[in-house]
Amino acid sequence: MNGNFTIPKFKLPDFVASLGQKLPQWPHALVLVGALNAALKMKLLPESELAMLEDKLFRVRVLDTGGEASYTYRQGLFRPVFRPERDPDLAFAANLSAFLQLLARQEDPDTLFFNRELEITGDTELGLIVKNMLDAVEWPKLPRLPLASS
Amino acid sequence: MSSLPDLVCPAGSLPALKAAVDNGADAVYLGYKNDTNARNFAGLNFDAKSMAEGVRYAHAKGREVLMAINTFPQAGRTADWHAAVDGAVDQGVDAIILADIGLLDYATRKHPQQRLHLSVQGSATSYEAINFCQREFGVRRAVLPRVLTLAQVEHVIKNTSVEIEVFGFGSLCVMNEGRCWLSSYACGESPNTVGACSPAKYVKWDKKPGAMETRLNGILIDRFGDDEPAGYPTLCKGRFEVQGEIYYALEEPTSLNVLELLPDIIKIGVKAIKVEGRQRSPTYVAQVTRTLRAALDAARDSAERFHVKPVWQAELAKVSEGSQATLGAYNRPWR
Ligand code: SF4
Repeated sequence: MNGNFTIPKFKLPDFVASLGQKLPQWPHALVLVGALNAALKMKLLPESELAMLEDKLFRVRVLDTGGEASYTYRQGLFRPVFRPERDPDLAFAANLSAFLQLLARQEDPDTLFFNRELEITGDTELGLIVKNMLDAVEWPKLPRLPLASS
Repeated sequence: MSSLPDLVCPAGSLPALKAAVDNGADAVYLGYKNDTNARNFAGLNFDAKSMAEGVRYAHAKGREVLMAINTFPQAGRTADWHAAVDGAVDQGVDAIILADIGLLDYATRKHPQQRLHLSVQGSATSYEAINFCQREFGVRRAVLPRVLTLAQVEHVIKNTSVEIEVFGFGSLCVMNEGRCWLSSYACGESPNTVGACSPAKYVKWDKKPGAMETRLNGILIDRFGDDEPAGYPTLCKGRFEVQGEIYYALEEPTSLNVLELLPDIIKIGVKAIKVEGRQRSPTYVAQVTRTLRAALDAARDSAERFHVKPVWQAELAKVSEGSQATLGAYNRPWR
């Protein structure tokens, strides 16, 4: 699916995480939310499933960079949440390499989950909806990202 | 030598269907987004529009589409299952996979030309049961439950003209398909009633320091240490205390993997090999399809010199539930 290039499994050294925790967290949230909204605009995400995300709080945590982003879906848009006031409805945690492998469709989420490389906590049904929604997306053939070319 | 079995692969979404076709599946199987099929999970499966596109895509490349309508009609709602059968015929699928005898009867009367397969959920393990379905409903293929040894599969094949399909890879639903009520015991819903085992709304993954706990409707099913592989949250794969000992009392979280047995499976005349996993992502479908395609082609080219390549095993082991593989019942000594 991505030529001969494969993203290796790696873990960044621990000091990266402690650095990351000291940095402001909002850039991650903005990038993530920007990407999700771009997918919305291209009508890649199905309406019926989107309705089930309304007002839910999501958190994505990149363990080895110490980065964290929270966001929600409200009235047709994904929005960053900078200071979440409650526990998220659904939380994902993994090292950067696992997230990259998922995004590149190089590894399957269940595989990563079975192997304990991806942690999913919170509302399991919501997790399944999100997973299946992303699996069903037919990503347009983009010009190859530098990351995904060999 | 017998001809090569068809490779039948799962499609829970359009990208998964395309991944199967592009990586060498001879057929894909799929279902509607509702409880007429046994993988009725939120966000999964096909509506009429995506199904039409899937059928078009597969047929354009000369592959078959099999539609699973493999749950049992619930009281007062048979019309929903009849509509699903009619819809499948309209979509032009190559075969419909059915489990319920009433539904088989409906399908064969209403659509006598439609090819019908007997689902694994139909629990037919003997040639008598299979020949009955052939005589009464014109069933052309039966999917055998994963409880038979290879010798028993061969015995069935020798005594029926119905095509036989067996499972080749995927998570195991132990020993009781079509009859299992474990999930209902915990949460009142089972595959044959609502189309899902251990529905996600009852499942809770709880991260504790040093361990992760899995609960199904409040019942503790398993506790994994940080380095232990995890499995699906089904009762059959839980660890329980039995007479003072905690262990996998029913079945370990494993995947079935028949690579080693491929030459035998081909030799006894199995017509199709099925891959489990409509709930998995397109990535899994691509990985497993590609691997089994390569193995089947190698077995065709030289059955005598066939050996399982380590890369195939590694690829399949990686995606396995519990990261373990087993030959399941095929090589068990029981009778
Ligand atoms: S509890 Fe286990 S054996 Fe029973 S239906 Fe679920 S997966 Fe299959």
